[in-house]
Amino acid sequence: MLSTPIRYLMSSSLVLGLLVGCSSTPPSTGSGAPVAAMDGSRQPGASSHSAFEYFGTPGTGIAREGGIPEGEEFDDDYYYSPYQDQSASTTPTNALEVRTIYFAFDSSEIHADFIDIVRAHGMALASNPNLVVTVEGHCDERGSREYNIGLGERRANTVKRMLMAQGARAQQIVTISYGEERPVALGSNEQAWALNRRSELVY
Amino acid sequence: MDHQQETSIIMRILWLLLMVGVWSAPLSASSVHTIRITTEASQHGLPIAIVPFTWEVPGRSPPEDVAAVVRNNLERSGRFKAMPPGDMLARPRSAEEVNFADWRILNMENLVVGRIEAGGSDEFQVTFQLLDVGKQEQITGYRFNTNRQDLRATAHHISDIIFERLTGERGAFSTRIAYITSLNEGTSNHRLTLTVADADGHNPQTIIESSEPLMSPTWSPDGRRLAYVSFENRRPGIWIQEIFTGRRTQVTSFTGINGAPAWSPDGRLLAMTLSKEGSPDIFVFDLERSTLRALTRHFAIDTEPAWSPDGKQIIFTSDRGGGPQIYQIPSSGGEPKRLTFEGPYNARASYSPDGRLLTYVTRVGRNFRIAVQDLRNNQVRVLTDGRLDESPSFSPNGKMIIYATRVDGKGELAAVSTDGRVRQRLALQRGDVREPVWSPYTR
Repeated sequence: MLSTPIRYLMSSSLVLGLLVGCSSTPPSTGSGAPVAAMDGSRQPGASSHSAFEYFGTPGTGIAREGGIPEGEEFDDDYYYSPYQDQSASTTPTNALEVRTIYFAFDSSEIHADFIDIVRAHGMALASNPNLVVTVEGHCDERGSREYNIGLGERRANTVKRMLMAQGARAQQIVTISYGEERPVALGSNEQAWALNRRSELVY
Repeated sequence: MDHQQETSIIMRILWLLLMVGVWSAPLSASSVHTIRITTEASQHGLPIAIVPFTWEVPGRSPPEDVAAVVRNNLERSGRFKAMPPGDMLARPRSAEEVNFADWRILNMENLVVGRIEAGGSDEFQVTFQLLDVGKQEQITGYRFNTNRQDLRATAHHISDIIFERLTGERGAFSTRIAYITSLNEGTSNHRLTLTVADADGHNPQTIIESSEPLMSPTWSPDGRRLAYVSFENRRPGIWIQEIFTGRRTQVTSFTGINGAPAWSPDGRLLAMTLSKEGSPDIFVFDLERSTLRALTRHFAIDTEPAWSPDGKQIIFTSDRGGGPQIYQIPSSGGEPKRLTFEGPYNARASYSPDGRLLTYVTRVGRNFRIAVQDLRNNQVRVLTDGRLDESPSFSPNGKMIIYATRVDGKGELAAVSTDGRVRQRLALQRGDVREPVWSPYTR
């Protein structure tokens, strides 16, 4: 049997192919709740620099806990990807709809599934100089809390660097690490951990 | 008024106060938690019988079972095996009433008897005697004047006296712990509190409450202040709060991480983690002069500084070698030296009060547990068997370690004796509890 990361690597080229050329498709309204809605206190969209007027409804097709096999133990290099989520009713078609980048344990590497997403955000920021984004870094609950603050900052900075590589300016990007202090999925299991190891782009 | 109703009213008042943001309180607020203690009975340790103290106050019922508090304290230390009261053949109230043969036959080496009588100007008079069963004589005995509110404190004091007489080491039962509680997680009414309680988890008092993350509490060496991290301004900042007055000041608000404060043993300096220069590094802040000095400069994550008891060394977590490990650096500056080599993940270390041991979080397979490392021979011992144990903190006599664990998906506090023999959960009924830190001695 193939290990989890290898399975994902094999299918990632197919996913990147899907992303290209679909960016003008109107956003579909999936039945799943967007990740951001799980945290009632920080609903995005209220800011005057809201990106949603540019990019349509956020969050469609983003992570559900049901999309991660239950009861399975993952390798440390497992990361969640909405493109691999068999339970998702819709696959994200517009890269800018995706505002959450997921990571492997104790890692800040941006995986192939997310590279075009981050690039698309970077290009949008470059062509809209008044747009400001907060890049949050988050971790799962394992390990020590202050180390996770450091790890969350590293995740946010990795995303920031990739945004800037597309022409976004440093002044457009605010980074903050919440470590493990703001989980979107409660529970001490692999599913929750996978969803909590993330960086969120908040416009 | 029943307790639940009282609690809900207190919560509503807290809620109102929170409408204006963070609420800090002096250490006198009434308690809102109820504590349940569960002990894993010690199979080892010095046999001791603590006879229930006789209640001799007419017309009043006992507010606390003083002997039970003492029994629980001594067992939690891992040094004693206390006899269950149900196994006792007699319940003498004083040394004169003791028939030593009753206790010799039960293999008890030490016996504690006591009584609580109506006091003079104070409410109660508590008398206890510690007896040597073999020698049939009194080791020590005291009489305390106390009141309803201080009865538990008296029980802790008695525990300290017994512990010190029988082990030769100072007890830590009269000290306190601080910890973070998360309430209503996953709802729009999510609240974090910083709470101070007695070392056995009783008498909790919230000293600050916030809707934004609170983390990393740490005691000043005089036990009168706590430093902690608050995200109340939507970014992390380090704050210092006087626990008896509630007065608080913000120490840092640099760009990036402001985290992991740690007081130097003399109380003048605060080590901390700042990422204002790009990546998290260890800095030392002079609290009197408000000057800042960088101790590490590395692109890795350097965080969680802790001082050696003599103030000459600082240990910290760094992933400069790949995964997080513990390093040591002279507090005046110098080259970091790696201290941990077992396991892929070691973090949040601190020294024992005698400077001989480290305790830290270590990854064992898929679990995170509490380890102790002897700095003389670098032998590592894993003391706990949980899945997600973290935040270990030594008691001020070094005999116990309090830590955070998860039980049925809920954060709870637990204590383990440093020799690993006895573990006890300090279970709070409300909220998710974590990041316990044990106070220093304050007298």
